[in-house]
Amino acid sequence: MLKMTNLSKAYRTEIVETYALRDFSIHVQAGEFVAVTGPSGSGKTTFLTIAGLLEEFTGGEYQLDGEDVHGLDDSRRSRLRNEKIGFIFQAFNLIHDLNVFDNVDVPLRYRGFNAAQRRRRIQASLERVGLSARSRHYPAELSGGQQQRVAIARALAGEPRLLLADEPTGNLDTQMARGVMDLLEELHRDGATIVMVTHDPELAVRAQREVHVVDGQVVDLTAQPRLVGTAPQAQA
Amino acid sequence: MIGYYFVLAIRSLKRNVVLTVLMVVAIGVGIGASMTTLTVFRAMSGDPLPGKSAQLFVPQIDNWGPKKRGSGARARAFKLPNQLTYTDAIGLMNARAARHQSAMYASGLPLIPANPALQPFVAHIRAASADFFPMFAVPFAYGAAWSAADDSAHAAVAVLSHELNDKLFAGANSVGRTVNLDGLEYRVVGVLEHWEPIPKFYDLTDEKFGQGAGVYVPFTRAIEAHMNPWGSVNCRDDTESGWEGRLRSECIWIQFWVELPTPADAARYRGFLHSYASEQLRSGRFDWHAETALRDLPQWLQFNDVVSDEVRILVLVSFSFLFVCLLNAMGLMLAKIMGRSREIGIRRALGANRGAIFMQCLIESAVIGLLGAALGLLLTHLGLLGLRALLSESIAALTHLDVLDIGIVILVAVASAILAGMYPTWRAAQVQPAWQLKGQ
Repeated sequence: MLKMTNLSKAYRTEIVETYALRDFSIHVQAGEFVAVTGPSGSGKTTFLTIAGLLEEFTGGEYQLDGEDVHGLDDSRRSRLRNEKIGFIFQAFNLIHDLNVFDNVDVPLRYRGFNAAQRRRRIQASLERVGLSARSRHYPAELSGGQQQRVAIARALAGEPRLLLADEPTGNLDTQMARGVMDLLEELHRDGATIVMVTHDPELAVRAQREVHVVDGQVVDLTAQPRLVGTAPQAQA
Repeated sequence: MIGYYFVLAIRSLKRNVVLTVLMVVAIGVGIGASMTTLTVFRAMSGDPLPGKSAQLFVPQIDNWGPKKRGSGARARAFKLPNQLTYTDAIGLMNARAARHQSAMYASGLPLIPANPALQPFVAHIRAASADFFPMFAVPFAYGAAWSAADDSAHAAVAVLSHELNDKLFAGANSVGRTVNLDGLEYRVVGVLEHWEPIPKFYDLTDEKFGQGAGVYVPFTRAIEAHMNPWGSVNCRDDTESGWEGRLRSECIWIQFWVELPTPADAARYRGFLHSYASEQLRSGRFDWHAETALRDLPQWLQFNDVVSDEVRILVLVSFSFLFVCLLNAMGLMLAKIMGRSREIGIRRALGANRGAIFMQCLIESAVIGLLGAALGLLLTHLGLLGLRALLSESIAALTHLDVLDIGIVILVAVASAILAGMYPTWRAAQVQPAWQLKGQ
C-alpha cells in the first residue's frame, strides 16, 4: 500500500542543507494499522506529509498503492490524494464556516460526485462515526471529540485506500481520545489501512505495528532496535 | 463546481463584512468615476450613423488663399474652412458629381400656429436639399421628403420634426396641412420620427450636441426667401452688404455633404474637387490653386474636435483613479485571501489542485466585482445626474445610461475585480498545504 525506500527530505538554504528524513524506508501492507512514533522534531510529521503527497521528497522512492509518485504534477498528486488518502489531523482542520455536512462534502466535491452520490456517502460516513444527527451543526457547536469524528467522517467519505492520522487524539481529553481510538480500531477491523503518527506510547501499542523514528530515520522496534543508515546532520 | 465556488464566495464575503464592504467600495467608486466620464466620452465620440458614416463626405475648398493662411506658426495651425461659400455650394450642387448631395444651413423664422391656443414662436429651420433625407437615412413617421422638382421650383414645402408636429398637430398625421412661417404658408410633405444624431454631425459650427431643426425647407426656397443664416458666418474680408452681396461673397456659411458609396466614388470626387479648384483659378476667381479636401464623417468629427482634449484627459484621469482603486482592492483581497491560508491548505489536502483553488478565488473576485458593479452603476447614475446639473443642456442630453453602458459597467467592474484578484489568487494557489497543516 505504502512503500518508501531510502527516502530523503532536505531543506536547503543558501548556506545550509538540513535533512528532515534520510534513508527513510517503510513498507505498510494493505489492511495494516501502523503507529509511527518518535520524539518531537524526529521527522514524523514530515513523513506523514510526504506520505500524504502534501510535500515533495528530495531523494529515494515512494510507491503509493503500486504507483511511483515521484515527479507527478500537482493535478495528479491532488487526484491521488483525493481518491486514495484520507487525512485525520491533530487540530481536526475542519472549515469553521461550513457545517458538518458541508465539511464532509469538501473532498467529494473535488472528486466530481453528483449530488445524490455525495449525499449518500456523507450520510453513511456520519452514521459510521455516530454524528448523523449533527449534520447541520457547525464545528464551534461540537466538542473536540465530535469535531475529530467529523474529521474522520470526512476522511472516510471518499472511501480511501489509506488513512493517515497525525496525532489524532493530541487535542482531546482521555475519554474523548479513547473514543477516537476505538473508532480507528473499528475501522481497521473493517479492513482500513491506517498509518498513525503519535508520540504517545499508550496509543502506539494499540496499533498492529510500531515504527519508531529518531532524527529522520526509522528504528524498527518489532525487530531489533537498530539504527538504519547514518545519523542526520546539517551540512554547511 | 462553478455553482459551488459561487456559494463559497458568498460565504467567504459574509465572513468578513467590513473587508468585503471596503473592497466593494474601492471598486465601486473607481468604476463610478471612470464610467461617468466614459459614458459621456462614448456618447460624444460615437458614430452618429453606424453603417453609413464611411460613405458620407464633406468637401472643403480653401477659398481664402494664402493671405488668410499667413506664415510660420499661424500657417501650421491653419485649418481648411469648415463651410462653403454660396458660390461653391451652388457650383458643387450643379455638378451633381455624387450620388446624393445637399447644401444646407440653419436659420429661423417666426411660426404662427393655426391653433389659436398656441402662441407664435420662432422655429428653428434647416434649409437643405431633397437629398438630405435619403443621404442621412432620416426616418419618416408620415409622408416623405420633398422632391428634386420641389428643389428646382423653390417650392414652399416643409418637413416637420416629430417634436414640432407633436406641438402643432398633437402628433397627428399633418401631411397636406400647412405651417405659417413669417407670413407664408408652407405645405407639410413629411413628418420625421424622433431623429437626433449624436453628435449633430451635419452642422458642427454652432452646437455640436443638441436638437436639430423643427422645420426643414428646401435650400432653394430659403435662399429665395432670404432666410438669414443662424450659424457661423466667416468672411475673408469686407463684403458687400445685402443678401445678394452675401451670396456673391467669399463668406463661408453653408454646410455641404455628399454621399459616395464606394472608395472609387470618393477617389473620383477628389479628382472632381481638384478640377473644380483649377477651374476657379482659370476663371480668375482665385489667384492661387486652392487646396481641397474630402473628409468622411469620422474624419470630419475629428477635424472639428468634437471630443475635446479636456474630455480625453478627464477620461484618462478617471481611469487612473480606477487603477488606484484597483490597487487598494488588490491589497484588501490579498489580505483577505492570505488570511484564509489555513482553509486553502485544508482544501489542498483534501484533493483540491491549484487550478481549483485559483478558480475558487477568482470567482470570489468576480462576485466582488459584481457587487462593485452594482455600486458603480449607482455612482455612475449619480455622477451623470451631477453632470446634468453642471453642464450645458446639449451635453446634459448625453448623460444617460443605456443598456450597452450598463453592460460595459458590469464588464469593466468584474474584469477589474478579477484583475485586482489575480495576484492574490495566484498567491493562494501557491499555498503549500504541508506548511499550513504542520503549523497547527
